[in-house]
Amino acid sequence: MSEDQDDIILSELDDDELVQQMFDDLYDGLKEEIEEGVNILLERGWAPYDVLTKALVGGMTIVGKDFRDGILFVPEVLLAANAMKGGMFILKPLLVETGAPRVGKMVIGTVKGDIHDIGKNLVAMMMEGAGFEVVDLGINNPVENYLNALETEGPDILGMSALLTTTMPYMKVVIDTMIEQGIRDDYIVLVGGAPLNEEFGKAIGADAYCRDAAVAVETAKEWVGRKHNQGATA
Amino acid sequence: MSNALSRMMSQRDWILADGATGTNLFNMGLESGDAPEFWNEKHPDRITTLYKMAVDAGSDLFLTNSFGGNASRLKLHGAQKRARELSRMSAEIGREVADRYDRPVIVAGSVGPTGDIMAPMGTLTHELAVEMFHEQAEGLKEGGADVLWLETISAPEEYKAAAEAFMLAGMPWVGTMSFDTAGRTMMGMTSSGMADMVETLDHKPLAYGANCGVGASDLLRTVLGFVAQGSERPIVAKGNAGIPKFVDGHIHYDGTPDLMAEYACLARDAGATIIGGCCGTMAEHLTKMREALETRPRGPRPTLDQITETLGGFSSDVDGTGDNAPAPRRTRRRGG
Repeated sequence: MSEDQDDIILSELDDDELVQQMFDDLYDGLKEEIEEGVNILLERGWAPYDVLTKALVGGMTIVGKDFRDGILFVPEVLLAANAMKGGMFILKPLLVETGAPRVGKMVIGTVKGDIHDIGKNLVAMMMEGAGFEVVDLGINNPVENYLNALETEGPDILGMSALLTTTMPYMKVVIDTMIEQGIRDDYIVLVGGAPLNEEFGKAIGADAYCRDAAVAVETAKEWVGRKHNQGATA
Repeated sequence: MSNALSRMMSQRDWILADGATGTNLFNMGLESGDAPEFWNEKHPDRITTLYKMAVDAGSDLFLTNSFGGNASRLKLHGAQKRARELSRMSAEIGREVADRYDRPVIVAGSVGPTGDIMAPMGTLTHELAVEMFHEQAEGLKEGGADVLWLETISAPEEYKAAAEAFMLAGMPWVGTMSFDTAGRTMMGMTSSGMADMVETLDHKPLAYGANCGVGASDLLRTVLGFVAQGSERPIVAKGNAGIPKFVDGHIHYDGTPDLMAEYACLARDAGATIIGGCCGTMAEHLTKMREALETRPRGPRPTLDQITETLGGFSSDVDGTGDNAPAPRRTRRRGG
C-alpha cells in the first residue's frame, strides 16, 4: 500500500484495466468508484447491458465465490452489494431505454410465521448483483402473497426462505397450492434457510435447495439458462 | 465475587447449564411465529414447567424466556414498548422456581440478538443498540436474574453494545456467539477473535463462549479455538443436539441423549466450564449429560479427530483461524 496508489485515475485506464479495477472496487465495496467507473464506460460508448454483465456482474461473481468459500463474510458482501447498487441506480433506466435483454426475475419472501430476513435480504442483494430483477415480499408471507406476486410480476423464479424448523414446512403448503392451481411448472422454485437441506427441498417439491446466497445465484442462473433453452427448442 | 455465578464457579470445576427453550416451548403448543415472551404473561405455568424441567434434569443454571425480549424483536409483534416488562416477568418466574430448590440454582437472564444489522452496513446505531439492551437488562435485573446471558450473537459490534448496556445496568454477565458459517460467526468473527475481543471490554463477561451453530462437533472445535488463545476466562459450550432432520413432516434433532453425554464430557476436557445444550436439547439429554459429568473422569484435551470420531464430522474443513485465515483483502488500487 504505497501512497501513490490513490493517484490512479480511473479515466486514464484502458477498458480492460478499468474493468479489472472495478472488480477490485466492488470487492472492497467502494460505491463512489463504482459509480465513476460505470459513467466512464458509458461515456466510452459501452452498451448499458455490457456494463452490467461484464463489469458489475463479473465483479459480484468473484464476491459471491469468496462468500461461498468462507473467505468473505456478510459485512463485506453487504458493502459490495451497496457499491453494486450505486452502479445499478445509474444503469437501470438506461437498460429499460435500450431494451436490454433481462437476466431473469425473482419473487422472494420469508414464509408465514417466520420473521427472519437477513438471509433472504442477502439472497435478494446477490441476485440483484448478478443482474436479476428482484421483487422482495418481505417477511411472514401467507400463500396468497406469493400467488398474487407470481400473477402480477410474472417472474422466472420463486424464492422462499425460512429460518425456523417450525416454519419450513410452510414452503410445502405454497408449492402444493401452486400444483393445485396448475402453475407449479411455470416457475423455478428455490428454497433456502439455515435449518433446510437438500433432502428437505426434494421432499417438498422445490426445484432446488440453496445453501447460501452465492449458491442461490449459481442455481438461479443454471435453471434460468435451462428454461430459456427449453423455450428455444419447444 | 458478590454474584451467584462467580460463587458457584469458585466452588465447582464444571456447571451444567440448560438445553433448548424454543424446541421445548413448541412441544408445549407454541405456534410458529408467535413471540415466546408473551407466554411469560399468558402462560406463566408453562414457563415454570420449562424452567423446572431443566433444573429437575440436573441443570445448575437456566436461561429465562426472554431471548427475543428486546424492542427490535418485539416490534415485529407490535410489543416494542413491552421489552422491559416482559423481560422482568421472565426473570420473576425464574427467581421463583430457582428459590424452591435447596441447592444453588442460577437464573440467567437471556438476551438474544436484535436481528438488525449494525451501522454503517445496516440501520442499527451503537447508541440505539445500547439503549435496547439496557432496557431489557433493567427488566431482567428487576425480575431477579442473577446474571445476564447474551447469546447467539454474530456481530462483534452487537456484543460490545450489550457489554456497555450491562455495565449501565450494573449487572454481571456471560456472553456467547454463534459460530455457524465456515467455523466463524455469520459476520465473520473467529473463535480466536472473540477470545481477544472479550479482554478488551470495559465490562468483561464472567464467562464467554459459543452456543447454537451447527452441531456439537463444530461447537467443540470452536471451544478448542478459544483455549488456543490462552485466555483464563471461563468458557461456555452450549451446542445443539445434533442437526435438524425433516422426518414425517416434523423436525427432529438427530443428537441422542447418549451422544450429548459424550459431548458434555468432551466439552469439559476441551476446556469449557459451563456446559449445556441449545436447540433440540431436552430434559432427557440433560439428565444423561449430568450423569456423565458426575461419573466419568476428566480426560486429556480431545483432538479434532477424537471429536469427529465420537460426535461426527464438521460442517466445514477449516474453522477460519490460524493458517486457514482468508487471504488479505485485495488492495484498492492495482498497478500504479
